[in-house]
Parts: sequence; structure tokens; C-alpha cells
Amino acid sequence: MTDAAENGIEVEGLVREYRKGPRAVDGIDITVAPGEIYGFLGPNGAGKSTTVHVLTTLLPPTAGTARVAGYDVVKQGPKVRSVIGVALQEAALDPLLTGRDHLRLQSTLQGVPKHQRRARADELLHRVGLAEAADRKVQGYSGGMKRRLDLALALVHSPRILFLDEPTTGLDPQSRGAVWEEVSVMNREAGVTVFLTTQYLEEADVLADRVGIIDQGRIVAEGTPAELKAEIGRPSVHAIPREEKDRAAIAAFLSRYGDPLATTRDVAVRLRDGLGLADIVRAVDANGVDIVDLELRAPSLDDVFLAKTGRTLEGATEEAEAEQGPARS
Amino acid sequence: MSSFAQVGAIARRSVVRTLRQPASAIPPLIFPVALMAVNAAGLDSSTELPGFPTDSFLAFALAVPFIQGALFSTMNAGTDLARDIQTGFVNRLSLTALRDSALLSGQLTGVVVLGVVQAVVYLLIGVAVGVDFAAGIGGIAVLLLFAVIVSLSFGAVGAYLAFRTGSGETVQAMFPVLFVFLFISSMNAPRDLIGIEWFRIAATLNPVSYMIECVRSLIIEGWDLQALALGFGFAIAIGVIFLTLATRALRLRMTRT
Repeated sequence: MTDAAENGIEVEGLVREYRKGPRAVDGIDITVAPGEIYGFLGPNGAGKSTTVHVLTTLLPPTAGTARVAGYDVVKQGPKVRSVIGVALQEAALDPLLTGRDHLRLQSTLQGVPKHQRRARADELLHRVGLAEAADRKVQGYSGGMKRRLDLALALVHSPRILFLDEPTTGLDPQSRGAVWEEVSVMNREAGVTVFLTTQYLEEADVLADRVGIIDQGRIVAEGTPAELKAEIGRPSVHAIPREEKDRAAIAAFLSRYGDPLATTRDVAVRLRDGLGLADIVRAVDANGVDIVDLELRAPSLDDVFLAKTGRTLEGATEEAEAEQGPARS
Repeated sequence: MSSFAQVGAIARRSVVRTLRQPASAIPPLIFPVALMAVNAAGLDSSTELPGFPTDSFLAFALAVPFIQGALFSTMNAGTDLARDIQTGFVNRLSLTALRDSALLSGQLTGVVVLGVVQAVVYLLIGVAVGVDFAAGIGGIAVLLLFAVIVSLSFGAVGAYLAFRTGSGETVQAMFPVLFVFLFISSMNAPRDLIGIEWFRIAATLNPVSYMIECVRSLIIEGWDLQALALGFGFAIAIGVIFLTLATRALRLRMTRT
């Protein structure tokens, strides 16, 4: 058995079909090493949440195997649950209970010894910045406070592996940063393995040691953010025309230096090998092309998604929402 | 961790929730008493009918709030559980070491605690308006035991509806149906004095009549073993049937591996 199977996550050929729907998860393989932060990136409806539900024992797989911390998710559900912490997409808090009430309930149900519960609750409330709001009902909490409480609840029994299903969706940048910081600290200081789903490129880029990109139930790319971007290799150049009427001419001009990219705000090309920003600046200057801004961008995870699926992540999310409404991801 | 601790934690939450929403805690107390007061004022003269078992309509009617309060418990248990399913709170609980049975037991323990508190309030109201309890202190103890069983049984009905449908709206939609059972019963007149035949037959077929008569017998008659046996029998039967159904529905609802 591998180290990941014993202490991390090992998934082979995982399939999950819904009775009257398509395959939400279509034969995926994932290995997450102990202590790693694995970012599972994809648009709405890609199969991220279904995968989390299977790995956290809430849904049985249709086919394939999955081991979490060495335990089989089908045959050893209670063992799996004892070593994982989970914050699902919906924070699912009781509006009438206080933050401290939630921690008391969760620590009791997770089997935290009675004499440790109060101190553990105080520690976690302090850690997620909710010490002052601890005795207020959750119905008065902001979205960010609810997410941070959810995170504290997932940590109450000191899990070895943490599943976070879109932990920052809908949060303002400040709350998002606070959640990122807490996840990083847990991983760094306690060595917690983190399986994080997200539809935010920046989140995967900032937090994850490795990223798996899922689309329509299949993993289309996997690696460190740097490796994935290196696959794309070439940077892109983005130009903003001074006059909108010049857009087509500028696009034609730039296409001499690379492959056009589908963008709405600017005109962009993926540069051919060997070309750099200096080459473009010289050509723009020499040809009197009238632009207000010219920018060189390193490849992003969105470029990786585009290269692997033919769509941007944002476009894929909009497509999914148009097809099925804001649905299960 | 012991099941006892799990049941205690869930029950505590159930009670705390109810106490923190006065709109849910107060009507089950006030409404049955108000209905009893209105009925006592309007129907007091029915005590003059030949064969009416007491000369105090309040004493006769005091049994109704016990059962009506328990019906409210059904709704509280059901809507609370259905909301937990809808919001994903049951998923949160599923991810802990909580046993399925402890979730149901804890929720129902909370309902029973509130049911007993209601029963004590109704007893005190009865004492305050001068009702004598014919079965004495022992009868009051049996009445409280009956309140436990009725709250548990009706709570199980609510829990079953919640686990089966997963919808608070559906559970609440059943409320009028359950109240029909209360109103087509012997709540306002002894069955043998009901003049309309279909009503008398319906009241005789209605288990709620026997639960009301069980409580009523302790208040106005003393120890009527037949009334006690029928009341406890029907309450226990409803409890066993719906606890079984609720347990099965819960198992389907908590689909963790």
C-alpha cells in the first residue's frame, strides 16, 4: 500500500452516476500525498462536489475505489469519518444556535473528551477570529463569519485530512483571504492534508501544492500550478486599442506574432516560440499601431483550462448555469 | 462516545432551538388553553345534559390541551427535522460519529421534554381554575407519564413525515389533517352524548378520542382502567408504528456508507 493510501487520498477509476442524470464523475484517478494541499478546480457541474461527497462517505460510488487515510470509503465509512474534517458547500449552520453552541454540539458528536471541549472551542473560536461573536446567534453572522465557523467545526476533532468544498464562494476578498490564511496555517503547522474544491483560479494558484482540473466528470489536467502553466509555455500579449474601430486591424496585426485568443476586453495572442514583449513593442512602434496599453501575461490556470477543454473556466461555468441553473458541482 | 451523550446533545439542541424562537414555543402553550377557555365559556351549559360526567366543563375540557399540545409537538419535531434536511444540517451530523438512532432519539427527547413542560403548565392552570384531580397525586404522575408517551408518539409521526418527505412545507401541510382528528373526537362531548350519528361513529373510530378520554378519566373520574388501557394502548401503538417507519425513513435519508 502506498503512503498516500495510508495517510492521504487514493482514488482509482471513481465513477458516480445519478439515476436519471449523466455520469457526474466519470472514472477519475487522484492521489493526494499526506500533508499536501490538493486543489480540485473546475466549473459548476464539473463533478467536484460529487467527488467530495463520495470521498467523505456521503455518497457511495457507482464504480471504482477510494481510500482516505488508508480506509476504504465504502467498507470503512465510520473510520473515514473519524479522521476527516469536512466543510461542505452549504455552511449548514443552525441560525438559532450560537457559534459556541455549534462547537459544543460538534465536539460532543465527534467524541472529543468532555474535559477538553470548552478549551478546544475557545481555541478554535480564537483561531478563526470569532471569539467576540462566540455567544451570538449564527443568524446575525456575515457570510465570512459563517464560513470561518464552518472551518472551526471541521477542525474540532483535529482531523488528519480536511475536505473543503468551495470554501470561499460568495465571500468578499477580505474574508476570502482570512480563509486562505487559516487553511495555509493548518497545513503548515499541523500537517493537515487538504482536499479543496474551487472554481476560482486564483485560489487554486495561491493555495494548492497540486491542482487537478475537472471538466464534465473527467480530470483533464493535473500537476503543480507551475507545471501546468509550463505545459502552455508561451506567454500571451494583450493590447487595448485606442479606438474601438481599430480592433480588427490590431487583431490582424498581432496575429502575425501568435495564435489569437478569445477575449472580450482586449485583443490578445499567444506568442509564438522565441518572441517576447520587446519584439511586439518594436513592431507596434514601427507600424504606428494605435494602442493605449500593451501587456505581457504569463500563462494562467485559465489558459490551461482553455487549452485542455477549448473553453475558459468562466465560460464553462456560465454554460453550466445556463443549462441547469446554479447546480451541483 | 456513548449513545447517551449523543442523544443528550441532540435533545439539548432541540430544546434550545424551541426556547429561542418564542413564535414556536408559545403558541403550543397558549392556543390550546385559549381554545379550552372559549369552549368552556360557550359549552358550559352542556354539563346540564343528563349523563354528562361532571358539573365543571373546565374539568371536562382540560384533557384537550394535553393532546392538542402534543399535536403541536408533532409539527415542531417534523418541521425542525425537515429544515435540517433541507439546509444540509443532517449532512453535517452524518459526517460525525452520530448514530442514526441517536439522531431520532435525541430529537424526540427534546420533543418529550417540551411536552412534559406543556403538561405541567396545563396541570397548574387546572389547579389555578379550581379543577380537582379525581385520581389524586398518583393520577397526576400517570398523566405526566401519558404526556411523555403521547409527545413521543406524535413526535414520531412528525419525524416520519420529515424523513420521508424532507420538506418542511409538506410537514406543515399535514397539520390541518392532524387537527381534523382532534376536532372529530370526543373533545367537546362524551361520545354517547354526541347526537349526530356519523360524528359519533367517527369519534368512536378515532384513536384521539381514547387518548382524550384517558386524560379525562384521571381528572374527573379517578381510576378507570379501561379508559387508561385504551388511551395508553393507542398512544403506544401509534408510537411503535411511527417510530418503526421513522427509523426506516431515516436510514434512507442518511445514506452515508
